Amino acid sequence: MSKAIRILIIVTTIVMALGVIAPAAAQDDNVLIWAREVDAQGLDPHTQTAFSSLRLLDLVYEPLVRTDADLNVIPALAESWAFSDDGLQLTFNLRQGVTFHDGSDFTSADVVASLNRVLDEATGSAARSQLLTIESIEAPDDYTVVLNLTLADVPLVAALSSVNLVILSSDVIENGDPTVDVIGTGPFVLDSWEPEQKTILSANADYWGDGPYLDGIEIRIIPEEASIMAALRAGEVDFALLNDPLIATLLVGEDDIVLHRTPDISYHVLQLRAAVEPLDKLEVRQAISCAIDRQAVVDVAALGEGQVTGPLTMPAYQVPLDELFCYEQNLDLARELMAAAGLEEGFTLSVIVAQDEPPTALSEAQVIQDQLKEININVEIESLELGTYVDRWLAADFTAAIALNGGRPDPYPMYNRYWQYDARFAEVAGYVDDTLDELMKAGQVETDPAARYEIFAQFQRHLAETSPWIWLYAGYNYSAHRSYVTDFTPTPTGYFFYLSQTKMNR
Amino acid sequence: MLRYLIQRFIAVIPILIGVSLLVFFAIRLVPGDAITTMLGTEAGMLTDTQRAALERYFGLDKPAGVQYVNWLGDVVQGDLGYSVRHGKPVLDLILDRFPVTVELAIMSLVIALVIGISIGTLSAVMHNSLIDLGGRLFALIGLAAPNFLIGTLLIYVLSVYFGILPNAGNYVELNEDPVENFNQLIFPALTLGFSFSASVMRTTRSAMLEVLGEDYVRTAHSKGLRPRTVIFRHALRNAMIPVVTLAGVELGYLLGGSVIVENIFALPGLGRLTLNAISQRDYALIQGATLFIAINFVIINLLVDMIYAVLDPRISYASKK
Repeated sequence: MSKAIRILIIVTTIVMALGVIAPAAAQDDNVLIWAREVDAQGLDPHTQTAFSSLRLLDLVYEPLVRTDADLNVIPALAESWAFSDDGLQLTFNLRQGVTFHDGSDFTSADVVASLNRVLDEATGSAARSQLLTIESIEAPDDYTVVLNLTLADVPLVAALSSVNLVILSSDVIENGDPTVDVIGTGPFVLDSWEPEQKTILSANADYWGDGPYLDGIEIRIIPEEASIMAALRAGEVDFALLNDPLIATLLVGEDDIVLHRTPDISYHVLQLRAAVEPLDKLEVRQAISCAIDRQAVVDVAALGEGQVTGPLTMPAYQVPLDELFCYEQNLDLARELMAAAGLEEGFTLSVIVAQDEPPTALSEAQVIQDQLKEININVEIESLELGTYVDRWLAADFTAAIALNGGRPDPYPMYNRYWQYDARFAEVAGYVDDTLDELMKAGQVETDPAARYEIFAQFQRHLAETSPWIWLYAGYNYSAHRSYVTDFTPTPTGYFFYLSQTKMNR
Repeated sequence: MLRYLIQRFIAVIPILIGVSLLVFFAIRLVPGDAITTMLGTEAGMLTDTQRAALERYFGLDKPAGVQYVNWLGDVVQGDLGYSVRHGKPVLDLILDRFPVTVELAIMSLVIALVIGISIGTLSAVMHNSLIDLGGRLFALIGLAAPNFLIGTLLIYVLSVYFGILPNAGNYVELNEDPVENFNQLIFPALTLGFSFSASVMRTTRSAMLEVLGEDYVRTAHSKGLRPRTVIFRHALRNAMIPVVTLAGVELGYLLGGSVIVENIFALPGLGRLTLNAISQRDYALIQGATLFIAINFVIINLLVDMIYAVLDPRISYASKK
């Protein structure tokens, strides 16, 4: 080897070593660096349904009302609201002195334009299905909006807290393009979005509410949660969103890192389709419910990171689990039920699972596969790419499915798509009866909270008894940050609105 | 020579059309479309009118055959189409990501060739020695250890023991800050280069062993040439043909983007772009990216053939008289 080459190698090595040690460029100390695995898929809040998009848009746009950390409905752009005595008119009094990020005033015209945009079929908003009781929208003055309803729709107020129903500027709706013109009233302003790389938000100095205390937020996409964890440990990022309990729990007990673990209102479920043989037999579905040890599913598939749940996951509507049919594993009863159905010999049950959605899905299916062997049910797991899974799920082209379904603050919008005769996903759900249909319809119009609780308690007991689906558990939302980040409150809906209250003392 | 080149380019056209046809129809046969992948199960809440509006928006309202002909017509004019999901022309997206991929490919290829050829030559020359054994063990580990393992281990060691992670989702381009750019790329390049160096080592070693047994090598030795000259000037050059073939194929793959390493190290390369396009059923982007990758392969193959002629003067592409 010539001398020149030798020198070159030495020089290169030194440069490499120096380069690695060189400190990173100075950053604005009050900009929070947030890492997450999946980027927003688009910026139009009315058509986006991906959680990754809505989490970002939640910081930029605001709905009329919001839910707090305990899922109570609290004022946002509307200061107050009231139903008329017959329940057919819902009046919102809007907050005055609010401006959009472009400096224009927020008025009732923006609310009317936004709700009408969602209702317009040409927009293609899936959230339109939440507004079907609205007959017309009126704006008597600049700060009052009246919704005329076809029936007393109590859950509508909570439904309006959805990020899918945020208020856009009427000017953007008429003259701009909401897929690119991101102009909201929220605590942060979107400065730039480089898909799959980074998103820059800056503080809205004119925000009407408390905060924001940060100068801005930089959201970086790191497509592997193990790498996100490494970046957080190395102090390269301040705040991280994690989905995989296997990764998140590795951060427990680290001195410089605070891990938040919030019960999630979405639920892990084994969906059976009672429309398919032999699941059409009540005894078979009940036998499956009795044979499954739900706590073991949580312990094995999610390392204990979750709570066994009935159909309703929000604290205000939960019923004691011992009131629900077969929430304790009972193999003797399961075998009796199989015998009653004439299926002691068992059968083969095909279960579809989406890859990595959620990360625990395959393990859940495997635990259930193991447990159902006890009653001679041979579970065949079909692991599908997400797009294929969604396609087959929507077409009701499956016998059973492991799913992670989203929760809502109110029971009615959470389940109206499944458990009514005219429900949109009646075919996918695969089961409905008179009791479920009547309870749903009663729950929609009942205004008294105690009476509503009783309706939905009965609803849950009936679902557990008839076992069209086997509700398993509700997991946690994980967010983690360096210990110098303070005043962050996670929410059960998984949104990060309280970043507006967050402070940093590096 | 020129005639040969022209012939090769003409032969490429049916290959590219074949690739584009295959990708175009295969991706449409996969269940799910841009609407269901964007909305997930919420897509089921759409009314028929809403769905039709979205199909128009994503350009899915025309029959697939018509879509293909329109697309091909645009491609011939240099327009690879428009990605609705990104809101940008496909070519812009590809060209935006390509520099990272090229840099990473070249760096890892250089690392792999330097390590692989050195160890391979050493192993062959010192056949059956302890060094040979060590070299073969190195190759075995390199071939057996997958990228995600090496990459994750590197990240773990760097972040936990050294408290650094050169790229935490904050990629810096070469022209912005060359040193920082180098820092961010060196570890992914080492990860890719290490795995590939194992195959380079094995190929070099076996080719060298074969060449070292040839008559002309014995002749060179008996002429009294220094062993160094025999090995580097006579033997290694002839042993390089299979290595060049291997490197060409590998470069083709690397230029298509290395999904796993790009994901682990959060690099905005072509692999991640294409993979996301597939999971989002972004047809225009999938078609554009695969065509681009196919063209890369074709060009690299041509270059490999040219290098053969340089390495071995007996190979000639001039037309016979």
